[in-house]
Amino acid sequence: MINALDQIFVLLKHWIVGFMPEALQPFVGIVLSVVAIVVVFPGLFALTTVLERKGLGRMQNRIGPNRTGPYGILQPVADGIKSLTKEDIVPVSADAVVHFLAPLVLVVVVFMGFSVLPMGRNMQLVDMDAGLLFFFAIGASTELSIFMAGWSSRNKYSLLGAMRAVAQMVSYEVPLLMSSVVVVMITGSLSLVKIVEAQNQYTWGLPHWYIFTPWGCAAFLMFAVAATAETNRSPFDLPEGESELVAGYFTEYSGFKFALFFLGEYLGMFSMSGLGTTLFLGGWSAPLAALNFVPSWIWFFSKVMLSICVLIWLRGTLPRLRQDQLMNFAWKFVLPMTLLNLLVAALWRFMGEGWLRWVVCSAILLGVYVVAGRTGMKRKHYGPRSYRYAE
Amino acid sequence: MTIVFWILAALTVAGALAAVTLRNTVHCALAVTTAFAGLALLFLQLDAQFAGFAQILVYIGAVAILVVFAILLTRGSETSEHGVFSPTWLAGLCIAAAVFALLGWAVLRSVNAIPQQVMAPAITVKDVGNALMTRYVLPLEIVALLLTAAMVGAVIVAMHEKGDVK
Repeated sequence: MINALDQIFVLLKHWIVGFMPEALQPFVGIVLSVVAIVVVFPGLFALTTVLERKGLGRMQNRIGPNRTGPYGILQPVADGIKSLTKEDIVPVSADAVVHFLAPLVLVVVVFMGFSVLPMGRNMQLVDMDAGLLFFFAIGASTELSIFMAGWSSRNKYSLLGAMRAVAQMVSYEVPLLMSSVVVVMITGSLSLVKIVEAQNQYTWGLPHWYIFTPWGCAAFLMFAVAATAETNRSPFDLPEGESELVAGYFTEYSGFKFALFFLGEYLGMFSMSGLGTTLFLGGWSAPLAALNFVPSWIWFFSKVMLSICVLIWLRGTLPRLRQDQLMNFAWKFVLPMTLLNLLVAALWRFMGEGWLRWVVCSAILLGVYVVAGRTGMKRKHYGPRSYRYAE
Repeated sequence: MTIVFWILAALTVAGALAAVTLRNTVHCALAVTTAFAGLALLFLQLDAQFAGFAQILVYIGAVAILVVFAILLTRGSETSEHGVFSPTWLAGLCIAAAVFALLGWAVLRSVNAIPQQVMAPAITVKDVGNALMTRYVLPLEIVALLLTAAMVGAVIVAMHEKGDVK
């Protein structure tokens, strides 16, 4: 019974596929999985917009949307209808073809990232040998669509926003990759399914998640910072800083194309949270051995939604960074720390079992963190900003 | 030769042709990105996962971005007045055709030179990693050193001395 509930979506898929003729079965199976992804995540997106607006409202001492439906929960429906019926304005001087393609490319590319995430036991579209590599390759392609949007609008704010976004995403992609590499080093596989299985073990009822090791905890924190920057979320939302650039790279988009950008941004958040969950928080495995009776997909989606709540909380709490702070932080602090973390993970691997590796690895990471942070802050002079390479 | 191959081949060739014939430089950059993507998909279709993903990660994620940045930061993306072809297009065409013919000849000959294998060898990403870390570790390190030196050089070229009058 418990097993059936855990595999309910897999069994449902096999049941539906069973009705099809033999030749069509693999094809129908793939189509069903794709449809599930394309339906579930935009549904979560609608839910998250309400959550975010209500949550931010509470944090800023407002009420938030409360007119549509009970407690305003029908707000996304109203927003959807509004964006569908709004006029689609394309600026006269804009490059019509590229302007049209940019949001489509973004949404298609972001959806492809979900295909390798294991969302439950046996619940992944493809179990690729190089799943993590695929995820990062796809993630790198979103930068191009953002550039296309900013450039084709022929608007200086759009172009500035796009340049900022691309510079930021290129910079933070390096720490993002480097902080994930430690997981690959310890697991010995690039397959996300294998990474989750390696974490799905328990000692004394406690899970073997990578976040509960010194290198895993450090890597998770750096991954979280880089993922926030990669998805252009506050406090790294310079590309769309509304007080400086109107709306950044999608200033000249209206109606449904604007909604597509919005969707792409949130789907990016979901896929990044899903990847972080898979790499460090044990994917679909339960937090306690005693809780294994709860279906695996419930755990995956609760962990993702928890990460989304943390992102909303950060947005309501932290002020926006400045461009030079953003770049300095990525290249001078996070990147060296990820390199150090690679060495610490190797040390952890070769020191063997025992309490000694816990002490040594934690001491190295904490010591370097404190020393590097102190010296970095000491050299800071608070005054007008200065750029060395670009004026 | 499946239908998938023909679609991908058409996409790649069309992208490459558009990259040399379009008038707007940014359009050319985007067209060449399409060609890169088509090539990556061709690799994937041949079950060369690592080559395919590396192609996407490096060429679409880095090279294409570098190209558009270079276009925007230097000459602007305006269309040039006098056509897209340089006066020496015929010579360029001849050289490109000669290189293509040489490569094609080499590839076609290699089929006879290497003894026919019954099955294509299954190369996983793990095998690629093992080869890079054992047999080819020296070339890998040399490439890494070269790239680091190039990056340091680029920073030095871009940096002006402190207190320098601009």
